[in-house]
Amino acid sequence: MISAGIDVGSISTKAALVQDGRLVHSVVIATGYNARRAADNVFEAVVSGAGLRAPDVARIVATGYGRNSVVFADRTVTEITCHAAGAYFTDPAVRCVIDIGGQDSKAIALDEDGRVRDFVMNDKCAAGTGRFLEVMARALEVDLEAFGEMAREADRPAKISSLCTVFAESEVISLIAQGEVRANIIAGIHDSIAARVAAMARRIGVTPPVMMTGGVARNSGVVEALARQIGDSIVVTEFAQINGALGAALLAAG
Amino acid sequence: MTGDPARERRKIRCVSRMKEIMTRYYIEAKTAADNGRKVAWITSGGPVEPLIAMDVIPVYPENHGAMIGAAKMGRDLCEKAEAMGYSSDLCAYARADIGAAPIDGGPIGGLPRPDMLVCCNNICGTVLKWYEIQARAFDVPLFVLDTPVCHTGCSDAARRYVAGQIREYIGFLEAVCGRPMDYERMAAVGRLSIEGQRLWQAVLDTAIHRPAPLSAFDAFFHLALIVTLRGTQTAVDYYRELLAEMRQRIAEGIGAVAEERYRLLWDNLPIWYRTRWLSERFAAHGACLVADTYTSAWCSSLPYLDENDFIASMAEGYTRIYLNLGIDQMAEAVIGMIDKYAVDGLVMHSNRSCKPYSLGQHDIQRIVAERRGLPTLMIEADMVDPRAFSESQVETRIDAFMEMIKARGPRGEGA
Repeated sequence: MISAGIDVGSISTKAALVQDGRLVHSVVIATGYNARRAADNVFEAVVSGAGLRAPDVARIVATGYGRNSVVFADRTVTEITCHAAGAYFTDPAVRCVIDIGGQDSKAIALDEDGRVRDFVMNDKCAAGTGRFLEVMARALEVDLEAFGEMAREADRPAKISSLCTVFAESEVISLIAQGEVRANIIAGIHDSIAARVAAMARRIGVTPPVMMTGGVARNSGVVEALARQIGDSIVVTEFAQINGALGAALLAAG
Repeated sequence: MTGDPARERRKIRCVSRMKEIMTRYYIEAKTAADNGRKVAWITSGGPVEPLIAMDVIPVYPENHGAMIGAAKMGRDLCEKAEAMGYSSDLCAYARADIGAAPIDGGPIGGLPRPDMLVCCNNICGTVLKWYEIQARAFDVPLFVLDTPVCHTGCSDAARRYVAGQIREYIGFLEAVCGRPMDYERMAAVGRLSIEGQRLWQAVLDTAIHRPAPLSAFDAFFHLALIVTLRGTQTAVDYYRELLAEMRQRIAEGIGAVAEERYRLLWDNLPIWYRTRWLSERFAAHGACLVADTYTSAWCSSLPYLDENDFIASMAEGYTRIYLNLGIDQMAEAVIGMIDKYAVDGLVMHSNRSCKPYSLGQHDIQRIVAERRGLPTLMIEADMVDPRAFSESQVETRIDAFMEMIKARGPRGEGA
């Protein structure tokens, strides 16, 4: 049986196809302003990319902020449960998942069977989310993709003390004005986001091994800063960004 | 319009009676001056019984705040207070009241003008400045009753200190009203207060039954009389009627939620402008909020009240209310309710307005996890100001929490 998971996030929309317990294909596109259209497009892309047709997909689960916009899904499941399922599938040893998405960050504690034991999500604030990084990348005129690489050149990470994304942006702008090198500012931004997410994760207890999922996991600077904060290494797989969609596809398969 | 018969059956009949009583109460309060009666504004945890005994009509800005919230007028009135210079970090009850007072705003065209203010800080510190502001604005006398926080217990010194103030309070009322206290009447009011509180506790306790005949969302509504008319025959009669209806519902197997599978405990004030949405959201998962720490606060000091010497017992009774306790004692109370109502999880409203209620919630969450192994859902919002509420965020948290609870299975079914 072939099942699909569609994860409509605030920034990107992901789709994954699973057949007989194997990931067959996955696609990531930008969500844009129309979540319903993004869901249609990502589904079409993942199906055609796998050389299949829509009727070949037996069951579909939608997740993410736009989960209710996926009108063709059989059911919806929250990203908490999907990320847990995806992480457990990729690495059953994982006991804690930290997911940093576009407008949400969350920490999930798993039990031995991969079920959600507890979870915590960020409060009503963009600090500690992917959007925070996007705002900073714009202020620094650096491609977000290059953040991880550039942070390695830092010799003395800058201190970003403001918790508010808007005020932190002003702080970054004044650091630029003071002539601080970009690498140090970027490393400081990573420390800031990592400190916030680690503090949140500690509320439910961080039991290793810890896996990081979500698009921000591709930024090695954040992963390393987070590993320093929690005092343990962090598992990141190539499926980090599509982990929610993968979990949804697995749950769709039942 | 013909409703779903099962849904009709679930409706609590006493609701219309309550609306009648509250309407009559507010008409009486708003026409007090015409009838030669005095009005006192009083904080929700304040000692109302001496007012009733002195025939003064008590009016609650906090109850008004709840009505403003439920009527979805909170945003506008909070913004008015902010335009007057008050911070958006200030309690939304205070902002709504301060914003409404000069323009007679809100769903009932403003509260009646007070002849005096009575402020008891057993619920928070904000009320001190709030009542000082209103005492200046209306140019009326203010009585402040200071109840020391019971970090570990209520000391003898604290009891004597508060008892002394209760005597001063009665002296204050005698001076403002220009007549002496009738202590026989006061004793009768005290007995009615205790009887009302016992009945209210009995109403809340009917939720021990599965399915619970009423939910916390119902309790938020039926609470109004134990707050505003505590110490009157009206409140006693009403809760007797409500208790009879709840017992009838138990006998007929009528639950607050269509198919109760999961039982949850609510902590903190309601999100007044979203009670229906929240109730339906949880009910869709077969979850009933069977009890809460908020509505039980109006009967939680019963063990310290003495119906044969009410005045003497008031000092301790009003000092030992939930929000005036240390966090360890609050956690004990929460665990007591978890066991009593056999719940599967805890839902905490981290209320931007109410600092004394929200401070310590993470500690209580941790204690509950350690001692009872129960999960907690934290909802970040505000009781009256909808600008602090994000529907999609709350929706995701509730759905994820219920997915987790379902995966664990209900506690009552053994696991």
